[in-house]
Amino acid sequence: MREFLLTVFSLSTLQGAVRAGTPLLLGTLGEVYAERSGVLNLGVEGMMIMGSVTAFGVAYTTGNIWLAILLAALAGGLLALIHAFTSITLRVNQVVSGLAITMLGLGVSGILGKRYIGQPPGVRLGAINIPVLSDLPIIGPLFFRYDPMVYISILLVVVLWFVLYRTRWGLSLRSVGESPATADALGVNVVRVRYLAVFFGGMMAGVGGAYLSVVYAPAWIEGMTAGAGWIVIALTIFAMWDPVRALLGAYLFGGVRVLQYRLQDLGVSPPLLNMLPFIFTILVLWMSAGEAMRKHIGAPAALMQPYVREERG
Amino acid sequence: MADNVVTMRSIVKRFPGVLANDHVDFEARAGEIHALLGENGAGKTTLMNILYGIYQPDEGEIIIRGSPVTIPSPREAIKLGIGMVHQHFRLVETHTVAENIVLGLPGNFFNPARAARSKIREFSERYNLTVDPDARIWQLSAGEQQRVEVIKALYRGADILILDEPTSMLTPGEAEELFAVLRRMASEGKTIIFITHKLDEVMSISDRVTVLRQGRVEATLETAHTSKRELARLMVGREVLFRVERKDMPPGEEVLRIEDLHVLNDKGLPAVKGVSLSVARGEIVGIAGVAGNGQRELVEALVGLRRAEGGRVSVNGREITNQPPKVVIEHGVCYVPGERLTGLVPEMSVAENLILKGYRHQRFCRGPFLDARAIYEHADALIEQYCIMTPSRDTPLKLLSGGNIQRVVLARETCESPDVLIAAHPTSGLDVGAIEYIWQLLLAERERGMAILLVSEDLEEVLALSDRIAVMFEGEFMGVVPAHEVDLEEIGLMMAGAHRRPLDSSSPERGTPPVREVSA
Repeated sequence: MREFLLTVFSLSTLQGAVRAGTPLLLGTLGEVYAERSGVLNLGVEGMMIMGSVTAFGVAYTTGNIWLAILLAALAGGLLALIHAFTSITLRVNQVVSGLAITMLGLGVSGILGKRYIGQPPGVRLGAINIPVLSDLPIIGPLFFRYDPMVYISILLVVVLWFVLYRTRWGLSLRSVGESPATADALGVNVVRVRYLAVFFGGMMAGVGGAYLSVVYAPAWIEGMTAGAGWIVIALTIFAMWDPVRALLGAYLFGGVRVLQYRLQDLGVSPPLLNMLPFIFTILVLWMSAGEAMRKHIGAPAALMQPYVREERG
Repeated sequence: MADNVVTMRSIVKRFPGVLANDHVDFEARAGEIHALLGENGAGKTTLMNILYGIYQPDEGEIIIRGSPVTIPSPREAIKLGIGMVHQHFRLVETHTVAENIVLGLPGNFFNPARAARSKIREFSERYNLTVDPDARIWQLSAGEQQRVEVIKALYRGADILILDEPTSMLTPGEAEELFAVLRRMASEGKTIIFITHKLDEVMSISDRVTVLRQGRVEATLETAHTSKRELARLMVGREVLFRVERKDMPPGEEVLRIEDLHVLNDKGLPAVKGVSLSVARGEIVGIAGVAGNGQRELVEALVGLRRAEGGRVSVNGREITNQPPKVVIEHGVCYVPGERLTGLVPEMSVAENLILKGYRHQRFCRGPFLDARAIYEHADALIEQYCIMTPSRDTPLKLLSGGNIQRVVLARETCESPDVLIAAHPTSGLDVGAIEYIWQLLLAERERGMAILLVSEDLEEVLALSDRIAVMFEGEFMGVVPAHEVDLEEIGLMMAGAHRRPLDSSSPERGTPPVREVSA
């Protein structure tokens, strides 16, 4: 038991949790924005894996890591535009459209990625040691020895929280997700806000996928997201559509992912460990449902509701 | 012509299968309160939605302050100084008052709501529209929410203000306050367009009135030169009786008895807090109150659709508390739900809807199969008896008008002569003619000895039909009083939360609530 606890709370587990949690955080931040606008995007898994394959391919060919991440964002964003078109313009069922896009992304990435299987990455994004601070005992390795994407994602949490709650854009976004008819009556362009939110969500999913293939792994393996996109969707609920809670949730899940490997050394059966993230997902959804009830926080009221103006109500 | 601020000429608007506006002409002047009167479906709201840019007219032109305009969206309407307060408020419930008011406006990019608060306070004081800019919408009463809507329009510089059925969610007292605000605004030269189907409101607030019927303008009149009777005739297209015959008859023995009932709402908070009441054979007991004061939860608990946390409900002396609906039905309770379509299947035919409750009976079955002939005979008989206007018994229910849909519900529920009828808002959304019919039907059932519990937000309806009236406020009865002993004003006070010492203290066994001092 002591050994178990030591493993769970070891420095390297905590460090690993942050690194494994970062792609989840990136994806969740995007999905929070998409759902805040009233569009459920179940295509996150597909957008993430498209990000992974794009980033790996670009890094492999050009050797430019930032170009790789940028193009991965675009790949995720483009896939998200398909979802935006079907669910916002055509008003097709958002669940069906999202599932289709996940399958599309998994399939296309498999074809595109064939030639990269087993290849070494052209370039990888390593950790940066922040001078002085990174040499502090415990605090140093825990906070100041990560790759730049970890810090960028934390910065994004702050920026996205501020935009959501403290700016006119955020007010429009939240209103569109809560009551599109109200927003429309006040001159907010509901369709534009939703398109932008879904596009942004797709870009973030793409970046999350890129993190996996050019920073975390770094390698291309078919189906390498391995359900991360689905965990993102559960995390969005756990986060109650709030960027700061998304950070906590993502690192928590990152920790579970890391333990999946660490506990194997202690003789816990691998199939059980493979189930761990998903068992944890169910538990978390169950608990957050209770908390949401108590705090009167719910999903955006217009989530999954297509908006049509000229309809007799 | 020169002082017409709004001119709409020959407006045509078609919806699939409906001509909502048929060459409508409408004008409103600066400084007037102009009522737009008509029954449901007459095209009032459609016309104003066109003026506010929500709908596009198929034909016709709009002239604002002398210049022809097209209004492709609410944004353009707002630029033209037009504001609209919708019947169902367009507010984001989880946001604050200030956030709702500044939504969609240019202005500070950072913290847009905070910057607006002082201006909101200014409007509040100037028009006596008290509201806290930092309160969240869901915490506010309907009256307060409406103030937010009015401020929202003023904040956008509206000098043409459209209000769609603004009093439907208000107590009589709140309505008076609103009227005072509107008069003040008109006296400052603003144009107020007031959509309503209530004749009393037209008479008390408007300077002029335009009457719409079936998408066409019947007349535009000076309010001072017309009468309720004339307006009713224009609105309905025939003479309307304002009184229904209600026979005086002594109530019979007690049928429905409610003792100290406690019920929770959907959020798990107490909605009905220890309510007691009894309804006797041949008696209509009306429950008045502003929507959301526990009426829905009370009714649902009575018919077995919601758990009672405490207390007892019995029918003819037999307890039915927390029994499933089937058992409640077997005890002779029938139910007309407040939302009409919750009691019906819109896609199914009239005949099928009429046996939704009785299909288990032997008379509609042959072994495991339904007996089509018995079902059709049953449908034909009810269609005739209840004067249901339907092309055929096989017509999908959703194609019928609201009044006829309600007749189908009432036919199904009352045809087996049950002992108790629980009717929630039986005439909401119906036109005057259909209301008259439903009222007569309820009174006829009363004379046949049914015990009727009538929940309604329409005070006139409660006063016209009830033997006794219970006024519900925040889950409690403010008093249970004989209908002939109270007037509109007194009920209005009770709806706003004032207790009344019950006058029928001669019958404490009827379960009137404990006497309390008047607190307001």
